[in-house]
Amino acid sequence: MSALSENQKIRVKINDKEVNESAASEEKRAVFQTKNLNLWYSETHALKDINLEIKENEVTAVIGPSGCGKSTYIKTLNRMVELVPGVRITGEIKYKDKNILDKDFSVEELRTQVGMVFQKPNPFPKSIYENIAYGPKIHGIKNKKILDEIVEKSLRGASIWDEVKDRLHENAYGLSGGQQQRLCIARCLAVEPEVILMDEPTSALDPKSTLRIEELVQELRKDYSIIIVTHNMQQAARISDKTAFFLNGEVVEFDDTDKIFTNPSDQRTEDYISGRFG
Amino acid sequence: MAANGGSNSGAVNVREMIAEKKKKKNLSNFTEKIIPPILFLIASISLLTTVGIILTLITEAIEFFKRVPFWEFYTGTVLKPMSQNPEFGVLPLLNGTLISTAIAMLVAGPVGIMSAIYLSEYASDRARRVLKPMLEILAGIPTIVYGFFAFTFVTPIIRYFFPEVEATNILSPGIVMGVMIIPMIASLSEDAMSAVPNSMREGALALGATKLETTFKVVIPAALSGIVSSFVLGISRAIGETMIVTIASGSSKNFTFDITQSMQTMTAYIVEVAGGEAPAGSTIYYSLYAVALTLFVFTLLMNILARYVSRKFREEY
Repeated sequence: MSALSENQKIRVKINDKEVNESAASEEKRAVFQTKNLNLWYSETHALKDINLEIKENEVTAVIGPSGCGKSTYIKTLNRMVELVPGVRITGEIKYKDKNILDKDFSVEELRTQVGMVFQKPNPFPKSIYENIAYGPKIHGIKNKKILDEIVEKSLRGASIWDEVKDRLHENAYGLSGGQQQRLCIARCLAVEPEVILMDEPTSALDPKSTLRIEELVQELRKDYSIIIVTHNMQQAARISDKTAFFLNGEVVEFDDTDKIFTNPSDQRTEDYISGRFG
Repeated sequence: MAANGGSNSGAVNVREMIAEKKKKKNLSNFTEKIIPPILFLIASISLLTTVGIILTLITEAIEFFKRVPFWEFYTGTVLKPMSQNPEFGVLPLLNGTLISTAIAMLVAGPVGIMSAIYLSEYASDRARRVLKPMLEILAGIPTIVYGFFAFTFVTPIIRYFFPEVEATNILSPGIVMGVMIIPMIASLSEDAMSAVPNSMREGALALGATKLETTFKVVIPAALSGIVSSFVLGISRAIGETMIVTIASGSSKNFTFDITQSMQTMTAYIVEVAGGEAPAGSTIYYSLYAVALTLFVFTLLMNILARYVSRKFREEY
């Protein structure tokens, strides 16, 4: 793990004017600052006083037993949670210093910058090409040549280009589950978001496809901030820089992944990661 | 207590009871064998009836074509069956049918699909639970009611604004037929759109698509096969519709494209001739079968088209 964090320090964010190396990277900027976040599904108090600060260009894992609110939390970050009828949210989530929970904050703009990959691969019932081009198209990019470029770049970015380059115009549902999930990641990359939310992206996949997705996450961390919900603690340990442990709608512990998994400060965290419950 | 029921414990002995029952199986074996052929016979009634109808149509139509040449029938623009020198051209009827269907679909298509979009994508659960059954009640109104609704309500309104429109015209029944078809298109399209998994909507929304973009670029394409087949079914319903046009469009056998005039459809012609004096064996009597056969071929083609279309446009998910 320590080797990994050395890597982080020399990580450079592409597309960014200020190139922060060495000392600058010690103080990474926060992408999401969550303050006193509370969320209710009708009567159920699903998130309780969440305070978290998520840094850019890191992989943040969110772990916890079923029903602990981890999925709810990341769905709040792109306000997809509002699709559930009867949801009530209080508190503040600052994305780059703007409160995304403000009613006049445009959700479309937020979701363009904060992409999401779902638990079950959900490609559109269209061709592989159309799946990737969908996002750029709705945001007004119509030029065929540019779209071609975006499609290739995104598919390469999700390391699936070589597998699909000869069948771009075939239906996406002809792909295997793991390929579909990487296609969904590529679809997300096509609009060049800053943050990628992943909601248990490997839970519907076999071990081999899971490994490929994990490798992909390692690639993507160079350019994106990634927040990943996972049931799989080994996965969190393998791929994340920071880990948040949720329990019953509260954040029990949030720290460096190394620390959480080797020397947790809360007894409940230790019980959970050592498999005593959950 | 030997509660875990071995074969020789307790008052109830399931094994023996089953064995007893098995001896009586002879009768039930017999019913098992006899029932399927009976079911088959009953099922074949509808098939045989259809075959019978088609055969009658064809043989009687052949009789008609012996008297009026096939070519003359399908290219003639004059239909004067009752006159001294009768002429049998079916084009006025075909024209009337196609125009009334087109008007009906111009009304039912847009309204139906927009209602479906509202119901499936925008209406709250509670609104949908109230609205959808109400929409389906519309489909249960007898067409004769729609017919005099067209004649006594819609036509006067049209004539109020456009006095040059005739008292019987094709426009009014066309519109009312459209109203009649709306529930069918709305309901079937709504079913198709509701069947699109939510995960697909989420996928689009998560890319920053608005609700409208999600609806038009993801949900509708995914539901297209259902939507298109609802349209085709609507068209065949309009082609077969009888009472509305009979009442509100009169019986002039005009060959015209002016929708303010009275026209007759194939179905309305059959009503007129079958209800009037058509002595068996006369040419006008046989013309019924020729028109009916034409109508049958039309609706058959539409049904085949519906099947083809729903397969062709299917987006697998």
